[in-house]
Amino acid sequence: MSLLVEEIMTLLARDSQGTINQRSRVSRYVDVGFKWLTGFFAIAVGLTLLAIALQVANQSWPAIREFGLSFLTSGTWNPVADQYGAWPAIYGTLVSSFLALLMALPIGVGVALFLSEDFLPSRIQQPLVFLIELLAAIPSVVYGLWGIFVLIPLLSKLGLWLHQNLGWVPFFSTPPRGPGMYVASVILAIMILPIIAAISRDALVAVPSELRQAAYGLGATRWETILKVILPSAFSGIVGGTMLGLGRALGETMAVTMVIGNANTVSPSIFSPATTIASLLANQFAEASGLQISSLMYTALILFGLTLIVNILAEVLVRTMRQRL
Amino acid sequence: MALHFNSARRAFLTSAIALTVGLAACQQTPPSGPQGAGSAPGSNAGGGQTIALSGAGASFPAPLYQRWFSEYNKQNPNVQISYQSVGSGAGVKQYLAQTVDFGASDAPLKDDERQGFPAQRGQAIQIPMTGGAVVFAYNLEGVDNLKLSREAYCGIVQGEIKTWNDPKIAAANSGVNLPNTPITFVHRSDGSGTTFIFTTHLEAACPNWTAGASKAVEWPAGFVGAKGNEGVTAQVLQTAGAIGYTEYSYAKENNLKAATLQNKAGEFVAPSPESAAKAFAGVAVPEDFALVIPDPAAKDAYPINGLTWLLLYSQYDNPTEADALKNMVKWALSEGDQYAQELGYVPLPDELANRVVATLDTIKVAAATPAQ
Repeated sequence: MSLLVEEIMTLLARDSQGTINQRSRVSRYVDVGFKWLTGFFAIAVGLTLLAIALQVANQSWPAIREFGLSFLTSGTWNPVADQYGAWPAIYGTLVSSFLALLMALPIGVGVALFLSEDFLPSRIQQPLVFLIELLAAIPSVVYGLWGIFVLIPLLSKLGLWLHQNLGWVPFFSTPPRGPGMYVASVILAIMILPIIAAISRDALVAVPSELRQAAYGLGATRWETILKVILPSAFSGIVGGTMLGLGRALGETMAVTMVIGNANTVSPSIFSPATTIASLLANQFAEASGLQISSLMYTALILFGLTLIVNILAEVLVRTMRQRL
Repeated sequence: MALHFNSARRAFLTSAIALTVGLAACQQTPPSGPQGAGSAPGSNAGGGQTIALSGAGASFPAPLYQRWFSEYNKQNPNVQISYQSVGSGAGVKQYLAQTVDFGASDAPLKDDERQGFPAQRGQAIQIPMTGGAVVFAYNLEGVDNLKLSREAYCGIVQGEIKTWNDPKIAAANSGVNLPNTPITFVHRSDGSGTTFIFTTHLEAACPNWTAGASKAVEWPAGFVGAKGNEGVTAQVLQTAGAIGYTEYSYAKENNLKAATLQNKAGEFVAPSPESAAKAFAGVAVPEDFALVIPDPAAKDAYPINGLTWLLLYSQYDNPTEADALKNMVKWALSEGDQYAQELGYVPLPDELANRVVATLDTIKVAAATPAQ
């Protein structure tokens, strides 16, 4: 858009090479016009979000009236009897995203650190950065297929070993049956890793070099500099990247649907099949009717709410960290 | 340099404008079906050139429909039929909203759906196009011809039989070495006509089946759900000891082993288009063709079969379109049979096909439409 505006400005400037007065008036109009234009776009984005939320809320109203808050805790999803509850889907969404974050966060920040320090000559560093960002460009259906044909055979062997040797731990209490929560979490972790790594790296690179030099100057070791100076000053950027990643994990549909097993059950075992809100929607929306559609919309509204809560928590976290610094 | 930069920028601008115009033009091109009550759909077809028809619905018969429409187009280049396999439910919705020229569904229209039928289009006409069997596809090394008694497969889908060497399975498979491994049951996680056909049979055949019959049901805990026929197929192929249901044509295409089932008469019958056709032979078909055979009684019939329907309007505004649609259906039910067999679907018995063709002739072109 800005290209267009610049184009207009150059054309106008060329046409009005006469007096200085004229030129500045035109450019003032352009300035004001540009301000209004950007303002309009900013507001339009907000309004779109609001319109979607209202539409979803409106369509979910029959289900809200029918089931109320018990929808959040009920575990039935029975289209034959028209009885619906979202607890297994909410549980699956939260647990799969949490597990994914548990795996992706340390790795992502580690990768970002490694690629922002001068451990590597930039000849090697740049291609590596590029490769990691490329991970984010893989379509999720490709991740899903890869999950089915590569990851599941690989992970179920490991899973079987865990179940046989550590079966007394509730997390490993059922034998892996191919797809399940564990596969979904690993896929999600791989999918959000590039987001966390790329944004964290940007934040780490943006830390002013004066801070680092000052730390060294005070006699800090590299460890101390990284842990006590660089990481804390890049904290808000890292949290931002993590939240973007978490947002993707909460809403990821295709890949998760393909590997999670789509069972409407709540089990402590990570090997048992589960479901998430997004995959429930992807599975049932096309053939749903009546109250089932409203219930699906209700779950979409819950996902909306979950994402909102996650973002608010992130904001709170960043603020309290800033105050402590 | 500055000038150079400028021209590059202008080139960008021009191409951006060209793109925008192109996109806008694109939006007008796709042939839209009749939109609302008073619209004059496809008036360009009056010239006798290309007739574009669009349909949407069930995914179960989609491979066959797509084959039919492309073959028909080869023979009648002026008729182009597009079919979106969006699922039966969405197909019925689009049909009732008149955004398509025909719908397709794996379940007959329900009463409340019929009530939503637009009055100005006359009546809803549902005609069966083809049938298909739903098979138990399994992955069990060393077992090539699994036989499942009613007791056995009911037990498996109810989650009561958990291992392959269960005596209820072993009883019908003497001499077969069944492993002591767990059974992983794979079902469709998306709403589907295949699930409707499958659960309709279970409801009739299994006394303890309580989940009902629908396009999506609540399955016992511990089962694995996979999206689409291809998802179930991949899952069964991947998991040793898995068993799931897919339509026959799909299992055939992917070389999945399909179990021989015990039918109502107590006979063990292997799935095939022939044994599925036996289920439809000599059955009294109701006036609206809403024929569901949950559990065929014939001795040599494969037990799990279903029909799939095309949904038409009894009144079309445009005579050319109505004729093209009628001719296509007639062709599909006669010459099109070979493609049905090739893909593993069950062609309609002649008697039934004749009745469908007779019904087609009741489709009228709105007589009193103003000149278009």
